[in-house]
Amino acid sequence: MQFFGGSEISPSPPAPTASGNNGHMLYVFNRNGICLLYREWNRPLHTLNAQQDHKLMFGLLFSLKSLTAKMDPTSAEKGNLGVPQLPGQGCSFHSFRTNTYKLSFMESPSGIKIILVTHPRTGDLRDSLKYIYNLYVEYVVKNPLYTPGSPIRSELFNTTLDQYVRGIA
Amino acid sequence: MAAVYSLYIINKSGGLIYYKDYGSSGRMDTNDSLRVASLWHSMHAISQQLSPVSGCTGIELLQADTFDLHCFQSLTGTKFFVVCEPGTQQMESLLKFVYELYTDYVLKNPFYEMEMPIRCELFDINLAQAVQKDRVALLGR
Repeated sequence: MQFFGGSEISPSPPAPTASGNNGHMLYVFNRNGICLLYREWNRPLHTLNAQQDHKLMFGLLFSLKSLTAKMDPTSAEKGNLGVPQLPGQGCSFHSFRTNTYKLSFMESPSGIKIILVTHPRTGDLRDSLKYIYNLYVEYVVKNPLYTPGSPIRSELFNTTLDQYVRGIA
Repeated sequence: MAAVYSLYIINKSGGLIYYKDYGSSGRMDTNDSLRVASLWHSMHAISQQLSPVSGCTGIELLQADTFDLHCFQSLTGTKFFVVCEPGTQQMESLLKFVYELYTDYVLKNPFYEMEMPIRCELFDINLAQAVQKDRVALLGR
């Protein structure tokens, strides 16, 4: 996985083509399971309260990662189910689709997990997630007033993010 | 070249009733396959809770780096899922076909106990033929 390839924020974002109502929610977690950011643009159904929802989402991802590492058909030597995997170790999933939504997932080498929930017919969003990670690096990590591990409260980051997600087809 | 790595069938409570591996190096022993099946059953249920829109029926496709997982859930809650190479086409129709084989050779078998592991020879034979036919058809192109 190439994270530090270009010198500018790469890849360049795709030209806005969509109606702009494709993204449902976005979550950003750090490696300890703390939800750094939760953005919601279009969510008619709330099953659980916010805290439980975040915990459930993190738990689902942790278990799915463990499952994909175990089910990997191309590697013979695997650990047991439930053993925490280091970022990048073992096979990891990058998206799953149900009949009502598609969830795209990306984990950075530092354990920052970015999750984007969209319309089920969305294409491969791995590049978009990399772009969002770069936005996070530029607007959040490089902000000297930001303490790592705390929830993100940056208006500039939120606006840029909203704009970008609205443009994803 | 597209290939099916393995096939799982789980009953409505999440217990594994059939597991067949078609030549992956990640072949699992019985205990591991049982655990993986139960885990999948739970993940399938949890994914319905996290849906932003009502009417979610669970995960249909999971895409990972080295494999894809297609899942089909019948109306009775029995889940059929297949692990295959990334980008394999027509897995949904294969799963629906396996469902038909299941109803014909397993459910209509008077000696088969519901929710128990499948031990029906005709089912195995026909399933092997179906997967093999898929393989040949794709290679022949």
